Formats: sequence, C-alpha cells, structure tokens
Amino acid sequence: MSVWLLLGAALAVVVVVVVALPFLRDPAPASDALDEPDAAELARLEAEEERDRALAALKELEADHRAGRISDEDYRAVVGIVRRDAAEALRALDRLRDESVAGIGTETAKSA
Amino acid sequence: MAELGRAALIVTLGLSLYALVAGGAAAWLGRRRLAHSARNALLASFVSTLVATVVLVAGFVRNDFSLAYVAGHSSRALPLPYKISAFWGGQEGSLLLWLLVLTAYSALAVWFARKRARDLVVWVTPVLGGITVGFSWLLVAVSSPFDTIPAAADGNGLNPSLQNPYMVAHPVFLYLGYVGLAVPFAFAMGALLSGRTDERWIVATRRWTIVAWTALGIGQLLGAHWAYQEVGWGGYYAWDPVENAALMPWLAATAYLHSVMIQEKRGMLRVWNVILVSLAFCLSLFGTFLTRSGVVSSIHSFTQSSIGPWFLGFIVVAVVFSVTMIWLRLPQLRTSARLESLVSREATFLYNNLLLVALCLTILWGTAWPILSEAVRGESVVVGRPFYDFFLRIFGLPLLLLMGIGPLVAWRRASLRGLVRVFTWPAAIALATGAVLILLGAGSSIPGLIAYTFSAFVLATIGLEFVRGTSARRALTGERILTAFGRLIGRNRRRYGGYVVHASVVMLAIGVAGSSAYDSVVEGKLARGDSLSVGGYTLTYRNLTERDGANATEIRAVLDVRRGGSSLGTVEAGKNAYSVEQQVSNEVGIRSDPLTGEDLFVIAEQVNDDGTVFFRVFVKPLVNLIWLSGLVFVLGSMIALWPDAREERRLATRYVRERADRAATT
Repeated sequence: MSVWLLLGAALAVVVVVVVALPFLRDPAPASDALDEPDAAELARLEAEEERDRALAALKELEADHRAGRISDEDYRAVVGIVRRDAAEALRALDRLRDESVAGIGTETAKSA
Repeated sequence: MAELGRAALIVTLGLSLYALVAGGAAAWLGRRRLAHSARNALLASFVSTLVATVVLVAGFVRNDFSLAYVAGHSSRALPLPYKISAFWGGQEGSLLLWLLVLTAYSALAVWFARKRARDLVVWVTPVLGGITVGFSWLLVAVSSPFDTIPAAADGNGLNPSLQNPYMVAHPVFLYLGYVGLAVPFAFAMGALLSGRTDERWIVATRRWTIVAWTALGIGQLLGAHWAYQEVGWGGYYAWDPVENAALMPWLAATAYLHSVMIQEKRGMLRVWNVILVSLAFCLSLFGTFLTRSGVVSSIHSFTQSSIGPWFLGFIVVAVVFSVTMIWLRLPQLRTSARLESLVSREATFLYNNLLLVALCLTILWGTAWPILSEAVRGESVVVGRPFYDFFLRIFGLPLLLLMGIGPLVAWRRASLRGLVRVFTWPAAIALATGAVLILLGAGSSIPGLIAYTFSAFVLATIGLEFVRGTSARRALTGERILTAFGRLIGRNRRRYGGYVVHASVVMLAIGVAGSSAYDSVVEGKLARGDSLSVGGYTLTYRNLTERDGANATEIRAVLDVRRGGSSLGTVEAGKNAYSVEQQVSNEVGIRSDPLTGEDLFVIAEQVNDDGTVFFRVFVKPLVNLIWLSGLVFVLGSMIALWPDAREERRLATRYVRERADRAATT
C-alpha cells in the first residue's frame, strides 16, 4: 500500500470525524429538534419585511423628490399611498407583537 | 500521487452524497444534529476537493507524465504559468475546477447564512449536495483526471492557442460565474422546499449573485480579448456556441438582478424571480454541457463523449426539479401587489426583463437549433452572424435606451409632465450628439448612429443623477462637494454602483458599435518595401525576422507605420511554430492609440518562402473602450458589493437579534 493511499485513507478518517462531530459533541441532547421559526415568527418576519419595504420606499421617494428626480405632481400623487402603506405595515407589526406578548403571558400563567 | 487524487474525489463523492441524503432527511424530519452533520459534510467536501486539485497541479508542476491527463496537456518545455493553467485545459481538469469552485461557494454560502437563514440552510444543504454529487460522480466514475499510463519521456504539450496570459485567467473567472449561479439557485430551491418564500433567500444570496454575475462578465471580456489577440481573425466575438454558452446565463442573471429589485421594493414578481434564478443556473449547466460534451462540433461526437449523456441527464433533472418546485409552491409565491401603471419604474424594469430574456432565448434558439436539426433531421445547419446581429439590434438597442430611462422614472406611476421635465436635458444632449455625429459622417451606419445617440442619452442621465444627488445632499447637510459626493455613493451603494455598471455597459456599446460599424479593412500580398494604406495609416513591409521563444520558433514580419506624414514606429505580426505540439499559431500585431482608443490590427495570413507576406489589416475605432469598460464594470460591481454597515445592522436586527430577544423573553 503506497503512502499516497494511506494519506487518502487518513483524509477519509478525518472527514468522518468532522461529519460525526455534532453527534460526538452532543451525544444525548435534551432535544434534537431543529430550531425552526414557528408560524408566529414567520408572520413577524414577513411583517418586518413589509415594514422595511414601505419605509425604504418612503425614504427613496423623499430623496428622489428632494433631488429633483420626481416632479411635485408625481410626488403628491404617490406620497399618500406610500405613507399609508408604511403606516399599515407598522400597525400590522404592532398587532403581531401584541399577540405575541399576550401569547407569552398566557403560557407563563399556565406554567405557573 | 494518483491514488491520493482518486481517493480525495471518492471522499468528495461520499461527502456530497451524505449532504444530499442526510441533509434531506434532517430537513424533512427536523433533526438538528443530522442537519449540522450534513452541513459539515458539505464544508469538508471543499477540503477533499482541494486535496485532489493540489495533487493534479503538483502532477503538472512535477511533469508527472504517468498521469494521462498531464501527459495529454503539458510538456517539459511548457512555461510554468501555462503548466498550471493546463490544469483546466482539458475536460477532466475543467470539471475538477467546476467541482472545486462549487464546493468552495457551497461551503462559504452555507457558513455565512447559518445565522440569518438557518432554517433555510437546512434545505439548501441537500440541494448543493445534490449538485456536488453530479459533478463528483462524473469525475470519479466517468472522466477521471487521475487515470494513469506508462510514463512517457515528455507530454503532448498544450494547445498553442491556450498558451496566452488571458487563458490563465479567463476559464477561472468563467467558472466562478457559472458555478456561482448554483448558490442563488440552491437558496431559491431551499426556500421552495421549506415553503418559506419570504425574502431571506434573496438577502442571503444577494452578494453571491453579484459576485457570480461580475465574474461571468469579466470572464467573457477576458475571453473576448483572448480571441482578439490569439485567434487572429480580426474580431473578438463570433457568436460561437461556446461564447454564447457564457452569454446566456449572464443575460438571465442580469434580468434577475433587475427584477429582484422589484420584489425587494414592491413585493412583486416572486414567481418570475425564482424562474429567472432557475433559468440562469440551468443555462450555466447547459453552457458547461456545450463546451465539454463535444456536442458543438457534432451530435455524433456528443454520443461518443464520455460525459455528454450524463450531463444531459443532469440538466433534465435540474429543469424538472425546478419546474416541479415552482409549480408546487405557486400559491405561496403569488402576491397581491399589482403593477399600477405602465409608466413607472417597475414597469421599465419589467420591459428590461422581457428584452433580456427575449435576447437570451433567441441566442439559446440560435445555439440549440443546429444541434437539434442534426439530431432530429440529420442535417447540419449553421445559424450565422446575421441572425444574432439582427436580434442584438432589435433587443439590444431598446435595452440601451431603457438603461437611461429606468432609473429616472418614479416608482408606482409617473406623469407625462414629470417625465418631460426629467428627460429634457438628457434627450437634448442625445439629439445634439446624434446631429454632430451625422455631420462627422457617422450616418453611414444607422444602427451605429442609434447606438451612439442612445449611449449619449444614458451617459447624460447617469451624469445628471450624480449631480442631482450630490446637490441635494449638499443642500441638506451643507457638506463640501467631494464629501457629499462620496457619502452619496457610500450611503446608496447598490444604486450608484449600478449606475457605474450602466456606464461600463455604455462604454462597451460604444466600443462594439465603433469597432464593428465603422471599421476599415484592407488586404494584400506585400514584398519587402511594398506599402498598403487603410484608415489614414500607411504600412510598409520592412523585413522578416525569426527567433527562438520559450517553446516555439517565432517568425515576425516587421512593418513601418506612418500616419499623416509622421512615423508611429513599427508593428510586428507573424506566426509561432510549436515543436512539441506540432502546430502553428497566428500572432497578430496590434498598435493601440491611447488617445482615440483605436487599434491598428495586423494579421500575417500567409508567410511565403520567397519572403512575401499576405497581410490583412484592420483599423478598429474605439475598440479599446471595450477592454476599458471591464475595469469600470468591476469598479461598479465592487461599489454595489461593498458591505453597508447600516444595512447589515438592519438585517441583523430583523433576522437575528429580535429572535434572540424573543427567545430570552420566553
């Protein structure tokens, strides 16, 4: 058996250890479930994306108007819609946060 | 050493198979440790592929001709840089380069996204694992670079046309581009598999997409410069299927980079974006298939090719998988947001997308039709330059114009009066440029004139954008002009980086139009002392020289160059005779004018025994703008790529910190 083949075998052993590392480090975990976002968190993520999108649109509109890229007429036609979207996105996020806090409170009360 | 190379590739195959199967099971069953283990397998596959790569490079450097691949693509006399680049000079080596780049991208992309999109990464791992399985299987079982033969005293050498500095860099950039498109594809598929079709897959892959797209663009430009210098036919792009193979995914990725902005700004085009990402990746596979299967030279060489049928199967799997996933997730991808007006920024981006995809599919048709015709009807057909040039003008010129219009139209809707106000100056500058060009005689080519007029329009809009932005910032902050200019770009990197990229595309368009629509050519057989004239230059054939290069005999015809009565020195053109490879290459002479960007391009078509030489001489106006545009393109891409600390903080808040806060509260 050549030295190169031995090196190849050594490489295989090393990668097997690397692949097995999560099991070697934590042989008997309390939970092996993936830390995945629940439905509430996914809803929060989407609401935050919507909020950031709306606020970025408002910021860009203001900057474009200030720089003269957008006329006063176009600005007036759109700014109301963009502000309404931003406000709605913020309200939706607040609602989700309130529901989340209420949910946590209920769970805490139950466990107490 | 071959044993180590083979073993390393088998390890890569095993690891990627594990990442596919264990990763898929972990995602499906929701197992944390199994998912981390699959991710580790993907990371380790880069290390094992790197080991295989080092073994092959060492084989080239050490002249190990017991490796069939080294013997077939190198020789003792080959200069060291070309010995290293010979690594990707053939099928097996270039597949190994594909695999190396793929595993590197996979490891980095999965590692960097592990916090912000960890539930997505769980699904991305098996997708990347699956792609890696395909390529490592080809290298292990079908086309190994580590096959051995009885060692010969010397190798067969490297194809002379590949012995060029541009061929050292061109394939690497091209593969960085091709393979990089696997990352957005894998994240898009991961999002569809997991059913989490929010924006995280876009955020996680934004930079990887720009990196791949930039690399693919630079790779093509390097390839064009190589063709210009080395192939010796007087051009830089011949609509060859191998060239088209790189252009098609680049066009699809360009469309995606624009349409993804509509999703980010308006939440629209989710289905379209996933389709474009899948199209770009499948076209990158198709491109590799075209260049590596032998199908381009003949459908018969494809059927005899060792990897052709495998590759075709791989493409079919990728297409079927993408279409199925998009179909299954259509209800989740649909959004309520609608296009409010046909005159709005999102509408112009949509027009841009339609033109880019139309151009891409037209090139695909022109490339695939000869192959299909030979396969189905047994007839060879040629889709020539006129077909491509026609559609380039039909789709390319409106695209050029839209580059100027798009950024200045308001989101959602724009009024006619607003448009007139914003476009008055750029339109006036464009029309004035067109009029001046007609007076200067540029009206001889209508497409060229339109291209220049549109280019002037786009450059004027870009210039005005920088001026308006800087002025508005100064008015708001009272900053000095350079500070305001720098911060304007620094705070809006994607926007202003995009403008710089647009400027580079305009430079490219000007260079292409100038060198193709307004070039001059003359040819003739000259004896010593004879002259010929073209485009204001007079060339006099002085003598023929012969010298020994590193691994070739170099024959050069020396010509004196004069213009307007003054001497501009000499230019040399000739041939190299490679002794090991038993081949002769054309070596063109190029004299560039740095002020006008014009090239005098000399080909010594035939060197006769009596000392006479048949020359073909071109004058190519503005051709150097094409190469210069590459530098501007890189600059713009770097600006767009450079991390924005405020944006990073915002995303960290959105995806990581609040999640941690929430966990702590619970």
